[in-house]
Amino acid sequence: MAEASVVIPQNPVEQFLRMDRIPHIWCPGCGIGTSVNSFARALVDAQIDTKHLAIVSGIGCSGRVAGYTKFDSFHTTHGRAIPFATGLKLANPKLNVVVYSGDGDLFAIGGNHLIHAARRNVDLKVVCVNNLIYAMTGGQTAPTTPGAVTTSTNPYGTYDPAFNLPYLVEAAGAVYVARWTAFHVRQLARSMEEMFAKKGFSFIEVLSPCPTLYQRRNKMGDGLDTMKFYKQNSKVRNGAPTSEVGLSKSGEIVVGKFVDRERNDYGVLMHDRLVEALGDDYVETEACSCQ
Amino acid sequence: MAKGSVQIVVERCKACGFCVEFCPTHVLALSSAFNAKGYHTPYMVHPEKCSGCDLCGMYCPDFAIFGFKTAEEAKKAQAKPESKEAAAPPPAATESEEAADAR
Repeated sequence: MAEASVVIPQNPVEQFLRMDRIPHIWCPGCGIGTSVNSFARALVDAQIDTKHLAIVSGIGCSGRVAGYTKFDSFHTTHGRAIPFATGLKLANPKLNVVVYSGDGDLFAIGGNHLIHAARRNVDLKVVCVNNLIYAMTGGQTAPTTPGAVTTSTNPYGTYDPAFNLPYLVEAAGAVYVARWTAFHVRQLARSMEEMFAKKGFSFIEVLSPCPTLYQRRNKMGDGLDTMKFYKQNSKVRNGAPTSEVGLSKSGEIVVGKFVDRERNDYGVLMHDRLVEALGDDYVETEACSCQ
Repeated sequence: MAKGSVQIVVERCKACGFCVEFCPTHVLALSSAFNAKGYHTPYMVHPEKCSGCDLCGMYCPDFAIFGFKTAEEAKKAQAKPESKEAAAPPPAATESEEAADAR
């Protein structure tokens, strides 16, 4: 066959991975690896200099992304990905800082950090892989768990109302808010590319199947069944009001780019204020030269 | 002549079936052979239909499969010769052989 003469190229995602740590620990049918593929494609398409890219994760299944990717990466304590990332960004404003973490890490234990980073409009790119549950710790109810599902802490079904993540983040002040699912790989990659071009607090929610802990207890099939569910039930509505995009167990999933607006980011605000207050006495600090 | 092909690293596959389900031209199917972990891995059941769009590569959560365009990649390979595929098993050929053996 002609294949023998063709040089087989390298998988485009492998250049960004620590291949000695692959295969990873994510379950068969989990969507986190799929979101990493989209992230890798976005890095290539947006021509991001990976020497000036840092990726920060908290704890959880998605928190392991920082360990598997071959950038300057930081696996922080639980919920504190955003404070670490804020520090990185303030110390070295030229750095592209990506926070790649899960819903439990960013919105439960780290919820306060997230809303304040969004309020200050710190120039962070936040990717939240939302699997609707605390997966790594055994399937407890999370603030994102939609109503009437069985979890290990709610064996008779959950009754707490869930967070609507895009609504919360928009209200807190983010400049870019989008939601895609693990099924929408190309759209997700494009959205991540836009996120890199954006200055300010950008947030992308990626809905991901959790076959082992969320779907098994609720008899929802495996990862592929959820991907088919995303395909059938998701509806692209760019610019939809975020108050209307809440999730339910089996209802419609509104996906798309919801918010894209301009606001001065934290670095600009700080610089302007100090120049105004101090005048000629203000000395511009050199960006950290350490690589 | 197929426009593209896929490379499969069989030992990384966890048989989630995303590539088989979402391939736009239905090139792939799960084989009856097992890999070392006991998963049924995909193989090219219709290699002539492959367009090399790499959608399988974007879906694969285990970084085990990716598609490439045959003609274009050959041109690129001439421009900068580098092959890092020593560790990976020579993919398309062995995979289809394995699958054929299993059946």
